Amino acid sequence: MSIDVETVRKVARLAHIRTPEDRLASLSAELSGIMQWIEQLAEVNTDGVEPMTSAEAVSLPMREDVVTDGGDPETVLSNAPVRRGDFFMVPKVVE
Amino acid sequence: MSELTGLTLAGALAGLRSKAFSSTELTVAYVKAVEAGRPLNAFVLETPDHALAMARFADEKIARGEAGPLEGAPLGIKDLFCTKGYASTAGSNILGNFVPTYESTVTTNLWRDGAVMLGKLNMDEFAMGSSNETSAFGPVINPWRSKGSNVALTPGGSSGGSAAAVAADLCLGATATDTGGSIRQPAAFTGTVGIKPTYGRCSRWGVVAFASSLDQAGPLAKTVEDAAILLRSMSGHDPKDSTSLPVEVPDFASFVGKSPKGLRIGVPKEYRVDGMPVEIEQLWSRGVEWLKDAGCEIVDVSLPHTRYALPAYYIVAPAEASSNLARYDGLRYGRRVEGATLNDVYELTRAAGFGEEVKRRILIGTYVLSAGYYDAYYLKALKVRRRIADDFTAAFGKVDALLTPTAPSAAFGLGDNVDDPIAMYLNDIFTVPVNLAGLPGLSLPGGLDAQGLPLGLQLIGRALDEGTLFTLAGALEKAAAFKAKAQRWW
Repeated sequence: MSIDVETVRKVARLAHIRTPEDRLASLSAELSGIMQWIEQLAEVNTDGVEPMTSAEAVSLPMREDVVTDGGDPETVLSNAPVRRGDFFMVPKVVE
Repeated sequence: MSELTGLTLAGALAGLRSKAFSSTELTVAYVKAVEAGRPLNAFVLETPDHALAMARFADEKIARGEAGPLEGAPLGIKDLFCTKGYASTAGSNILGNFVPTYESTVTTNLWRDGAVMLGKLNMDEFAMGSSNETSAFGPVINPWRSKGSNVALTPGGSSGGSAAAVAADLCLGATATDTGGSIRQPAAFTGTVGIKPTYGRCSRWGVVAFASSLDQAGPLAKTVEDAAILLRSMSGHDPKDSTSLPVEVPDFASFVGKSPKGLRIGVPKEYRVDGMPVEIEQLWSRGVEWLKDAGCEIVDVSLPHTRYALPAYYIVAPAEASSNLARYDGLRYGRRVEGATLNDVYELTRAAGFGEEVKRRILIGTYVLSAGYYDAYYLKALKVRRRIADDFTAAFGKVDALLTPTAPSAAFGLGDNVDDPIAMYLNDIFTVPVNLAGLPGLSLPGGLDAQGLPLGLQLIGRALDEGTLFTLAGALEKAAAFKAKAQRWW
């Protein structure tokens, strides 16, 4: 499967990575090369094979749905690039 | 350097306990070694004051007779582990000046047992790389050089800083992580010992996530025994990681030195790949002979889906990475590039913060998970992953462990593979299947090639059977009698 320039543009938008126009063609070539190499998976017969979603045979444990931590805005906000009071600051989203 | 930095971890712990020297003396020697080792670019953050404070505390505990298993031992920490109050970058610009407000479980376990932190170690960005060249802080230089050459070689990746620091005696041992070979390939390239334990053996809590179903922490060390000592401290169940296994941690070091007599060792024919240097084939054969001499039974086995492991990995790992790395949005921590709209902030921050290889993998991952391609790629890869794991299960019906080379080449020159992603990915051809199956894999040095560069042997075991790997590795280490060190040029 080759990934054309239009697909690269779309995927970059989905991934929230601003990509300059003059980089799209080279990315298209790089990603197409990788995907063509990956195509060999089609040779493997996987009829009736269960997808392997975990490296462990055991099922994940359940726990009580209770608060175990929190109430410490200073710690939560200590790495905020921009803050005001006890809030993270972001550009206006709703008009 | 001083005699103190030439010690193994086991040797240093014995010296500390017998009060032949103090942790402060040992730590001062290592702080000097780290400073002198700056040309290697192994450390991205040196923490000498913190190290000396920890050493003084360790000396007090030793004096009171309260020494922990690692009391007073100076270690390096891969910069993928969050360390409270000390910048943690994952080798990326996007984390900016992020300072964790919490400590990873693995490092918490090490400090509980008395270890001393010398600093944070360089690595490929988000652990994505096999040569350390994707680090935002520039590549680590391998302390090893080819005979009569000044060409800078890669220490491997992604745990290149950890491997180089251990090989150059800048620390007694180091933490590392392995998603597709990032502990074992650098171990092979630097003449050190590294083990990726069974998935779930070490907690992933506080370790910056790359591909969560594959990521696993482990040690890089100077000897098999040292690796066993470190792994015991790093391991253990942690309720904060739901995939952490609720199992007892054995005394791994007690398996080193046991006789491997009677163990059945599988030699998988699919690991004989085209273009592999004859010296690696020869080392592999020598490894087989060493184990035969030690009383092991050698069995030819087949892992028929081996060649599909890398392409399956390059769907599964980028898919998980694209999801995990969605958190870097410039809003809550790390670097932020301002923009007019929220979307601009996201897109500009991620464009400026991520390096080219990380972007490539996020785009691949986003693509294979996107509508219309999910079944054809992601689901297909998960099914192939099952077939790869089933190959191992079938083999372990006949044998107790597998012996293979660790990597298809010795350390290569910095810059040699940067323009060809697939050539770079092929470095992990022998290590990736082990991650997909969640099994333990250990690399130890087996000898030098004609250029004088170290080559590694890999042992692969059943899930949670690291003990057998340590027994076999102990026997191989003894037979190989690998004593070579990198000639100091830094």
